[in-house]
Amino acid sequence: MRRTTSVSETPGSEKPGSERSIGERPGNPSAGVATATRGTVATGGVEATGTGAVTTGGAATPTAPTYQQPHQPLLTVEALQTHFELRQWGFLRVGSVRAVDGVSFTLDHGESATIVGESGCGKSSLARTLLGLHRPTAGRVTFAGTDLATLRGRALKAYRAAVGYVQQDPYGALPPFMKIRRILEEPLIVHGVGTRRAREERIAAALEEVGLEPAHETWQKFPHQLSGGQQQRVVIARALLLRPKLIIADEPVSMLDASVRAEILELLRTIQRQHRLALLYITHDLSTVRHYAHRAMVMYAGRIVEQGPVERLLDRPHHPYTRALLAALVDPDAANAHQQRPIPAGEPPSLLHPPSGCRFHPRCPAIMVGRCEHFDPEEAHPRPGHRVACWLHSR
Amino acid sequence: MSPWRDGLRRLRRYPSALLGALIIVALLATAVYAVVTIPYSEAQRLWRGGDLWQELPVNAGPVWADRLFGGDAPRTLRIPTAAAPIAEEAYEGVRITEQRLTFDFTYSEFPSEINLFLGSSGSDRQPFVRATWITPQGEQIPLDARRIGANERISISQNQTLEGRLGAPPQIGLFSATSAGAGTDQQALEVQQGTYQLLLETVHFAETSELHGELIVYGQVHGWAGTDHQRRDLSVALLWGTPIALAFGLIAAVGTTVTTLIIAAAGVWFRGWVDAVIQRLTEINIILPLLPILVMIGTLYSTSIWLMLGVVVVLGIFSAGIKMYRAMLLPIREAPYITAAQAYGASDLRIILRYMVPRILPVLIPTFVTLIPTYVFLEASLAVLGLGDPILPTWGKILYDAQDQSALYHGFYYWVLSPAALLMLTGLGFALLGFALDRVFNPRLRSL
Ligand SMILES: Nc1ncnc2c1ncn2[C@@H]1O[C@H](COP(=O)(O)OP(=O)(O)O)[C@@H](O)[C@H]1O
Ligand code: SF4
Ligand SMILES: [Mg+2]
Repeated sequence: MRRTTSVSETPGSEKPGSERSIGERPGNPSAGVATATRGTVATGGVEATGTGAVTTGGAATPTAPTYQQPHQPLLTVEALQTHFELRQWGFLRVGSVRAVDGVSFTLDHGESATIVGESGCGKSSLARTLLGLHRPTAGRVTFAGTDLATLRGRALKAYRAAVGYVQQDPYGALPPFMKIRRILEEPLIVHGVGTRRAREERIAAALEEVGLEPAHETWQKFPHQLSGGQQQRVVIARALLLRPKLIIADEPVSMLDASVRAEILELLRTIQRQHRLALLYITHDLSTVRHYAHRAMVMYAGRIVEQGPVERLLDRPHHPYTRALLAALVDPDAANAHQQRPIPAGEPPSLLHPPSGCRFHPRCPAIMVGRCEHFDPEEAHPRPGHRVACWLHSR
Repeated sequence: MSPWRDGLRRLRRYPSALLGALIIVALLATAVYAVVTIPYSEAQRLWRGGDLWQELPVNAGPVWADRLFGGDAPRTLRIPTAAAPIAEEAYEGVRITEQRLTFDFTYSEFPSEINLFLGSSGSDRQPFVRATWITPQGEQIPLDARRIGANERISISQNQTLEGRLGAPPQIGLFSATSAGAGTDQQALEVQQGTYQLLLETVHFAETSELHGELIVYGQVHGWAGTDHQRRDLSVALLWGTPIALAFGLIAAVGTTVTTLIIAAAGVWFRGWVDAVIQRLTEINIILPLLPILVMIGTLYSTSIWLMLGVVVVLGIFSAGIKMYRAMLLPIREAPYITAAQAYGASDLRIILRYMVPRILPVLIPTFVTLIPTYVFLEASLAVLGLGDPILPTWGKILYDAQDQSALYHGFYYWVLSPAALLMLTGLGFALLGFALDRVFNPRLRSL
């Protein structure tokens, strides 16, 4: 209950203001000031805008966003909630699964961010909500300055072309009864791209880009005739075909052979850099995060509990959950990440009846009894761009 | 390898499938042959019947069936006047002509009927004709003498006085070895083989007056299919019944399965009230009996085959198949590739038609193939019930006529057996192929 109130305040009253400041006020300091008076959620959006320019450059990444209105993020997520109603006999409400429950972050043009969290914490639900496949229960997603909820018809279709999707299960992601050529032609047909010839050229180019040469041999095949790694390359090619600005990769390697994981991740990163795409890389495996993304977000029970620049988050984690995840990593090298690491003791929380107060409190070794289980932690900012939702760091 | 080609390759291992396919190909070839050789309008015209069949015998069996059992039943003989030489004598005001229609009768069984078709032309004054039968022994039997109009039919075998004189029906009496007196046992009469003549002596009352016509000695067998009570050649209906049956079965099967599948997919895809409405309509429709509804429509409204087809398809849309397809489609709805298609902007219609339906199409093929004969039988049943299409020749209509005329009681087995055999052959062909397809395309059965 407490949680719902804190979140639902934001969308109603504070959105318009925050949106305007993101879109039109380039001056970061003023935005920062405006932030201070706003609720936790809106703060995130604006703070991150600053981060995009400052921190990403500081992290010595070569692909810092340098083009197109640098102060308007590509993607802004504000207090996003996606709840799934559970019904009995088709109408009786028996509860709702709070799969995404108040998520805020921004993503700049060409920026890559990763979302880490245990399985079942709502990562895929978040991804699908961002893709416009679930209607958000509350909150707002803004893409290149446009509210996703207002998109209809052509504009919505254009949005779908601008966002690519790479799924977890590459075999399931490809219709088994179509040849690769047809599979890749589908999105182009849907978006009315050119003649058959033009489409073929584009398909061939995409297949070559993902390393499936010669294209003319690959596209004669059915998905089951390819290896898992090759299938995922086809999925990536499909995500690229419509020349997106953002790719959402939902655990793109978790179902692949350990031997090909590294190369698929490398392929994604190369593509992201070459096309200056924004990339949202979702994983349950913290070990694949380092060296990979600019920014990392740690998700727990439908919320982002800590986010910040990758290096800083991994080297100086603040949230007890992040710390526990890191402690569980024996070898932080992505190349050796061939098994799922043990996760901190205790059950992952139920999203149907999430714990009160801090959702991590039943498993938290540093719990402050009397506070953590009753009150939602306020977000703390140990550094600009580094945000933690934990009472240990508030005040 | 494509799942389709793979399936076809595996299908080759079933001899029953090959046999079924062979039967279906033969039926299709027959259908094509029928449509090509007898145009649709011509088939209708032929089946309407009437005078155009007058040179065919009534209820004649197929030739091959008679020969198969060692019979020597006569075929129909046609002797036109045009082929016979004319001897003419002119008198004052009148001309007298004499023509002998000559033919050899070599069969060992009697003909079924004798008709003389005569017509006069060239003058208002009708000529007077006297017909005399001359047996191989030279015995002369007067048949009839009368004026001949433009078109006359002289039914020699119906001539009561002649029958009385002969002591047997004329078609028997005129061809028997011993001229039978009254009271002779007809069974004992023997066919007299040899050359017969029909002598036509005509008195013309005008210079231009002419006589033309034909003597028809009807056989007991005709063609490969025989004829019915209206002298119609059954081959027309047997041939044309094939395309009609196949078209009805195919259209009904395609119409019902495809629409049912699409509707099931739409319900699964849209969920919510769309699904609920489809489900309830299906449940209502399942308890509605199809045949009585068709009988009702046929009785009260129209028995047009196309109307029946429409009703069958419409009532078949919300058939029990929806429940089955729904169960198969529910897991497919959640397939990641569907989510992917949504994510790149595929429309609802595209997802239903291109991603959901094709996925279960292979499973549907066997059902579809075995469904075709069901509808063929349905059409035949309607026809047998007297609700067949009024103008089209179909297998069911033959059966209806046969039953109406008590064919089996009269021993006209061919009349019932040939359409029944075609119906069963159709059922057999599609069933053989369908069951084999089921084993190939239905993964649950394949593992058995
Ligand atoms: N369409 C849905 N309807 C109902 N519950 C859902 C749906 N999608 C996901 N969930 C629930 O939401 C929770 C989060 O799932 P998910 O987003 O897949 O987590 P993750 O991807 O992190 O493993 C799970 O408990 C799952 O059962
Ligand atoms: S708020 Fe309390 S329970 Fe939650 S993570 Fe921080 S210390 Fe642990
Ligand atoms: Mg997931």
